[in-house]
Amino acid sequence: MTKPLKEVHIAAHFPGVNNTTVWSDPKSGSHIEFSSFEHFARAAERGKLDFIFLAEGLRLREQKGQIYDLDVVGRPDNLTILAAIASITERIGVAATVSTTFNEPYELAREFATLDHLSGGRAAWNVVTSWDAFTGENFRRGGYLKADDRYRRANAFLDAAFELFGSWDPDEIVADKAGGKFLSHSDPGRFEYKDDFFDIAGNFNVPTSPQGRPVIIQAGDSPEGREFAAAKAEVIFTGRSGLQDGREFYADVKRRLAKYGRAHDQLLIMPASTFALADTDEEAKAYAEEVRRAQVSGATALRLLEQFWNRDLSNYDPDGPLPESEPDVVSESLTAGRASARMFGDRLAKAKEWREIAEAENLSIHELVLRVGLGGQGQTFVGSPLTIANQINDLVQADASDGFIIVPHITPSGLDGFVDQVIPILQEKGVFRQDYVGTTLRDHLGLDQPGVINQPDFAAAAQ
Amino acid sequence: MAKDSINLIVALDGTGWHPAAWREADARPHEFTTAKYWKDLAQTAERGLLDAITIEDSLGLQSERPFENDARVDQFRGRLDAVQVATFIAPSTHHIGIIPTVIATHTEPFHISKAIATLDYVSRGRAGVRVQLATRTSDSKHFGRRDFPHFTYDDYLNGNGREFIEELFDEAADYIEVVRRLWDSWEDDAEIRDSKSGKFIDVKKLHYIDFKGKWFSVKGPSITQRPPQGQPTIAVLAHATVPYELAAKSADVVFITPTDKNPASSIIAEVRAAESEVERSLPPLKVIGEIVVFLGKTTEEAQAYRAKLDDFLGHPYQSDAHIFVGTAEELADLIAEWSASGIEGYRLRPASLPHDLNLIVDELVPVLQKRGIFRTSYGEGSLRSRFGFARPANRYASSVKG
Repeated sequence: MTKPLKEVHIAAHFPGVNNTTVWSDPKSGSHIEFSSFEHFARAAERGKLDFIFLAEGLRLREQKGQIYDLDVVGRPDNLTILAAIASITERIGVAATVSTTFNEPYELAREFATLDHLSGGRAAWNVVTSWDAFTGENFRRGGYLKADDRYRRANAFLDAAFELFGSWDPDEIVADKAGGKFLSHSDPGRFEYKDDFFDIAGNFNVPTSPQGRPVIIQAGDSPEGREFAAAKAEVIFTGRSGLQDGREFYADVKRRLAKYGRAHDQLLIMPASTFALADTDEEAKAYAEEVRRAQVSGATALRLLEQFWNRDLSNYDPDGPLPESEPDVVSESLTAGRASARMFGDRLAKAKEWREIAEAENLSIHELVLRVGLGGQGQTFVGSPLTIANQINDLVQADASDGFIIVPHITPSGLDGFVDQVIPILQEKGVFRQDYVGTTLRDHLGLDQPGVINQPDFAAAAQ
Repeated sequence: MAKDSINLIVALDGTGWHPAAWREADARPHEFTTAKYWKDLAQTAERGLLDAITIEDSLGLQSERPFENDARVDQFRGRLDAVQVATFIAPSTHHIGIIPTVIATHTEPFHISKAIATLDYVSRGRAGVRVQLATRTSDSKHFGRRDFPHFTYDDYLNGNGREFIEELFDEAADYIEVVRRLWDSWEDDAEIRDSKSGKFIDVKKLHYIDFKGKWFSVKGPSITQRPPQGQPTIAVLAHATVPYELAAKSADVVFITPTDKNPASSIIAEVRAAESEVERSLPPLKVIGEIVVFLGKTTEEAQAYRAKLDDFLGHPYQSDAHIFVGTAEELADLIAEWSASGIEGYRLRPASLPHDLNLIVDELVPVLQKRGIFRTSYGEGSLRSRFGFARPANRYASSVKG
């Protein structure tokens, strides 16, 4: 007996404010004009993709106390731009990354419920927990959260938001014109939520939205993050796009679902991925290398090395040799507003290893950064449309993922080739929808309407 | 003609301003959360060449009582987030200004600044924002971060709670200051895309706003570029000295409520006095008069229409604004009268939707056009320009010149 083919899910991530996005290409358009979002959204919907995804950063990144100027800078407000995107599309989901740290449940739940109403049930929320005091300087709450409190607050925030999303009965509004009765009872949207983080009560003022609440996306990788996702998320946005690491992650997270009374298919694993597409595999390989060089210019290579070295290297030549000094692992990071600095691991050991490579192969700073992939390992999928479609499908069928959140490197046209050439092959294989069947994002993802989902106590289960 | 055109704004709210409006035959009370409902209303308003629509909002349920919830089940309740609705409407319209309400109490100026900037990008220069306070104790409990004193409307009339509400006005002034600074925190030409140096932006053209205040401190710059209009129009609805001062200090447009007891001329005098009091640095406030409208094809029809809605309500509808009942011709007469005393535009609050909006568009606008005081087509230009404001210079630009 052959195993039935799994459906592949594909979402499109609007190019972000990091060095994956190539702005120096002549095809690169505006990152803020609505026409760019319109182009991108129309391509994504033409491809019948599951949803459009937007990342968030609430303070401009800095390096050495100065705003980082080598990458794209500037982006719209996520929820607001998605309302406009929902207005010009019919079926595709709209997913906003929004911090639980610098928002309040009542206001954010109103915004998401509104987006879900206006889009006819297509809203999703990628729940993130900004933690740094640097970002806090832009907000009333200010300050920051201890690392341990990040998931606790996110969890509390979601519980509070779920309480609000579910506060109106679906049939609360009677609006019987002849009988003169608008509401079925006098206390609509009644809610109460109290814990270590929130103490709120009253009446929510947005009636229940078509999906009940937005689809919950989460990007956790740590054991705590995985547990959080297994308890509450419906899509995981992960960095694990390979076969082996993908399968391990997939199996681990799906295994955790049972504890929360959730079915295997109620949490989708969708790794972030990039691609370099060309007519032939050979051309694609050359193109991928060209893109990587555009993503990591000499100036960018030097700044990346600076982040790693944690020293001012502005007097160095990217085309010259590595610095003689060792990375400064004692001082506070000279970057702010980005997560990567925390992920470098043992920098002294790695620097030693890199120095050996650079000496053996006679590499400049720029060449070494490209060689060791400090600015990214290159594109996830490289090849002809057929090769990329096969790569994607093979990973999904091997349970390394349920699909991918793909991010093109060119705004806004970078998605076009993928939609017009790769998607049709996935459709021919019978693993990707020919057209939207349902109307809501939950329909596209095969997710139950909330209320069906069992809501266990995350904190108790995590112990 | 366009130069002499009055400004005409329609205030959209649920199924209209009368709490029983949802019972009208053409009302769509089951649809007020849907896409089509808002697109239809916005497109109707645009068909009438109106300057702008406003969208009401609040951080709690509607209530008959000013400072607390009521328990009525026969009145319209529930809303959507106004900024989201505004941005949703923008792509399906092309000329009309869109002015959502934002609540300055409890919310983040950083978020609102970038949201309105985004609305300005999506609408290509048609964004405005009306700033309001949340004075109710019950709203503060929705956030649970500040203790608000409890008082009723009677307490308020007796002078209790006024000091507290004045503080909320001070906070709103800080809020608007932060929003405005963030809009200017990027210079227009900050994006340089210089392949030679590898720089996407010129960091000298991005500015920290370094606002420090009693209620919040905000560092900046915004994560969003300067909006197309530079500074989208900010409006404040004001009924008394303290709000007049907020408008004079911070807003571009003030919505006022002349009544028989308190005529337009004396309010305008107060507004202008407040402008000198605060040493206003912005162009003079554009003064817009508020009118609740119950329209009919005949006077009798309008009166019967109001009587029917009031009958549903159980008492005569009351409002902070003047209540007009009559025909389009009669409303045009009232507008002419108020305009003579210095009112530059009107925000009409339809008693019910779509009834009064349709009559504004199909009856009032042609009458005003015939009288030569309203445009006959949309020209080019931003919402700011329609209010007569130039695109402002960036407050931070001069500091880096040279």
